[in-house]
Formats: sequence, C-alpha cells, structure tokens
Amino acid sequence: MANLIVSLSPHAHGTDSVEKNMYGVIIALIPALIVSFLYFGLGSLIVCATSVAACLLFEWAITKYILRRERTTITDGSAIITGLLLSFNLPSNLPIWIILIGALVAIGVGKMTFGGLGNNPFNPALVGRAFLLVSFPVQMTTWPTVGQLGIEGYIDAQTEATPLSVMKTAIKTGDASVLDRLPDSLQMFLGNPDAAYGAGCLGEVCGAALVLGLLFMLWKKIITWHIPVSIVATVFILSGIMHAVNPVYANPVAEILSGGLLLGAIFMATDYVTSPMTAKGQIIYGICIGFLTLMIRDFGAYPEGMSFAILIMNAFTPLINNYCKPKRFGEVTAKN
Amino acid sequence: MNKYFEYITNGLIKENPTFVLLLGMCPTLATTSSAINGLSMGLATCFVLICANLVVSLIKNITPEKVHIPVYIAVIATFVTVLQLILKAYLPEIDKALGLFIPLIVVNCIILGRAEAFACKNNALASICDGIGIGLGFTFALTALGLLREFFGAGTAFGLTIYPENYASLLFILPPGAFITLGFLIAAVNKVRGVSEQ
Repeated sequence: MANLIVSLSPHAHGTDSVEKNMYGVIIALIPALIVSFLYFGLGSLIVCATSVAACLLFEWAITKYILRRERTTITDGSAIITGLLLSFNLPSNLPIWIILIGALVAIGVGKMTFGGLGNNPFNPALVGRAFLLVSFPVQMTTWPTVGQLGIEGYIDAQTEATPLSVMKTAIKTGDASVLDRLPDSLQMFLGNPDAAYGAGCLGEVCGAALVLGLLFMLWKKIITWHIPVSIVATVFILSGIMHAVNPVYANPVAEILSGGLLLGAIFMATDYVTSPMTAKGQIIYGICIGFLTLMIRDFGAYPEGMSFAILIMNAFTPLINNYCKPKRFGEVTAKN
Repeated sequence: MNKYFEYITNGLIKENPTFVLLLGMCPTLATTSSAINGLSMGLATCFVLICANLVVSLIKNITPEKVHIPVYIAVIATFVTVLQLILKAYLPEIDKALGLFIPLIVVNCIILGRAEAFACKNNALASICDGIGIGLGFTFALTALGLLREFFGAGTAFGLTIYPENYASLLFILPPGAFITLGFLIAAVNKVRGVSEQ
C-alpha cells in the first residue's frame, strides 16, 4: 500500500505544454525563415540572428536581475518566437542598434513589464515593431530589393517600393493605372526573387511559406482556423466591394497577398495570450482586425495597417472574452 | 517650525502629486515633451498653487459653505490670469510652447484638491508651505519626465545635444512616449518608497 500515491485529478495527461506549443510555432515559422534567407541572404541572417539573440538576452537579464526570479523562462521558446516574429517585421538592411532597441522594447516594455508570458495584453513582437515604426520611420520603410544576397545587401542595398506603397499611391493620386505596376498575384503568393516590387519585410515576401506554416499548426492543433480565416475573409469581401465600386482600390487577391496580412493573420493575431479564448470571440476579433487593417491601409497615414489593427484588437480582447463567456454546463437561465 | 518643514518635504516624494497622488495627469502628459517645457509648466503651476493656497486659507472663515468651490475657482482663475499676462509680456516663447495649458491651470485638480483638502483647514503659513512642497514636487516630476523624454526622444537635455538626433527614438516625444515614461517613473518611485508589489 505504501507505493500507492493519492493525487488530485486530472490523472490522464495529454502531455501538452507551453514549450511544446511554442516549439511547434517555431517549426511552423521555418519555411518563411528559409525563404527570407533565399531572398535577402546575409542581411536576413544578420537581422534574424540579432533579433532572436537580443530577445533571449533581454528576457534572461530582466528575469534574473530586475524581477529576481529563480527560474529563467528563456527555454520556453516564447522569447525565440518574439525574436523571430520581430525580425519578420523588419526590413533586411536595418542597422543592428535599431534591432536591439526593438528587442528591448518588445521584451522589456511589451512583455516583462506586465509579468512575463501569459500576462502581456499586447503581442510583444508587434509592440517592438510599432515602436520602431513610429521612432525610426525612415529606416523602417526603406525596403531592399530581393536577390541581394551578399553583405552589400545589408550595408548598401538597392531599395524599392513595396506592393502596398504602390496601392497607396494609386489611392492618393486617384489613378487606377498605377496598380498595373503590381506584380502578378501568383508571383506574390509563391514569391519571385526577380519580380518587380517584390520588396518587403523579411517574413512577408512569400505567402506560400506562411500558408505552409498555417497548415502545420492546424495539423498539430496549435491554433484553430477561426482567427486567420475570419481576418482573410473580411479583407477579401470588403476590399472586393471597394474594388468593384472604385477600381482605385486594389483587387482583393492583391490586398490579401501584399504586406504583412498573411503573416499577421497566421502568426501574430493567433498569439494565445492576446487573442480571445472562445471560437465566437475569435471570429469577432478576426473580423474587426480585417476591417481595421483595410481602413488603415486605404484611409490612414501608414501604408500597412495590420500591426496596428492587431494591437488595437489586443486591447479589446478582455472585453470580447467577457462578452463571449461559454455557458457553464448545467446552467439554467432564470425564467420570469 | 518642524511641522512647516514637514509640509514642504511631504510634497516632494511622500505625497508627490504626480507619482503618488496621480493628480494633474493632463498637463503632466501633454507638456513634458522637453525638460524646459516640463520645468516651466511645473513652476507656473507652483506659483498659482502657492498664491491660491494663501488666499483660500485667509478667506476660509468668510467663505459660505454652499459656494466654496466657485469661490476657489474665482481665486485660482485670478492668479492664472496674472500668470498668463506676465508670461505673455516677458516670456513669450514659453507662453507659446505651453499654449492652452496655462489657462487650463484653472481646472488643474492639484490646485483645487489642495485648496479643498488643506488650505481651507489650515493657517496661512502652513498653506504656503504646503503650496511650496506640492508645487515643487509637481515641478520635479514634470522636469524629470520632460528630461527623460527629451533625452530618449531627441538626444538632448535642456536643449544641449548629448548624442546625435538620428539615434534618438522619436516615439518618446510623441504622446505614447509620455504614458510609457510616466509608467516606468511611477514604478521607480514606488520602488524607492518601498511599496510592495501586491
């Protein structure tokens, strides 16, 4: 009898853990990472490695010296994801000191200030990106042309406009023929190193690699379909209506494939900590993100609205959770 | 005498209007884009606070209870008008930089709060000391906030260049920078005061 242990339920365990989910997301990010290396070469490697290393370093230093916790949290994989996602949101020729500031803000202000993983109201990588975009607008919006693989692609890159800035120009000038400069939709999805206007952040140049990551995460049940599908569907329908009414607004397929929309919808809006918990809440959240993104893109000051839309909806997540509480089992509504 | 000295020191850290009482947030966030602006806003408020505290404590026995708030507002507005005319005449740049926030001192909750909570119950000398303490505490808070935002946002301190502006994060000069910096400053002050986490 002495060998029997009495413990509390649950007795069966699905071996699901924070680490397992986090490393699953990292695996899902690998296709997009490989594509960014193929497109931007050394520049991409420098930006990625700096960002991940800096996020790990800041997380370790803050837990150890400021929060004075005994267990370090850098092995749970969340800091690696923050670092990877931050670098996916940066141009491939960004100076190292700016990346360091971004990582410090992402981890220090966006995450550890609130008590670390699980307590942060906003997606840390997006906090870092929004901070950098507002603070260093020039460096954050010069995009190296794809295909400059050597060191010259990092220190002295040729730059060009992204599909999103082409779209913005079309709306500003009211001239729909500007949109003819957009690359072919299939090229934007598969990614093409030779395509004109193929420039962009590290993680947004190839839609196919991101969708591959989505399929992996759905297969491993890391995320559900609700958030990515509701975001993409909202943007597709709304921009379809706007394109039909006035051809100055780009066609719906180009809207979805350009900029950080897929990256945001698949990897950033689905962050466990900052998105609603119920399926109904997730759909409301996704529709609002899609709507805000398109409004910022078409009527706002910035060409891309994905990151701001996600941050705004992050703030509404507690409210959505409160509104979409699932009914308790056995709960009966009182009759009058 | 010790009592009066305590009124002055109280306002600096223990009852600092910005970091501890969290009063007067509107000018705190809006006017601290540089150390000079923060300092001038703090001193302007300090001047009005001392004068208003003095007058309110002198008239406390003849102020009818039912209309005491309008009376205080009239007293405060008088001193704000005096201050605004002085600034316009002798320091036009500061008047221009602070703009609307000078007339808005009339509705600053620190001044009304001290009149209501302190000056109407204490004698003239105590009220002046309280005004100096709270006023300097506010000035200290605004200058610190302005200095940090200016340093990180423009690479300067009181207008002197510390490092090239290209390396500065513009966000600190913009409104979100005010909220972030204020949050971290309050956390630091709580740490110094020994307030526990929970």
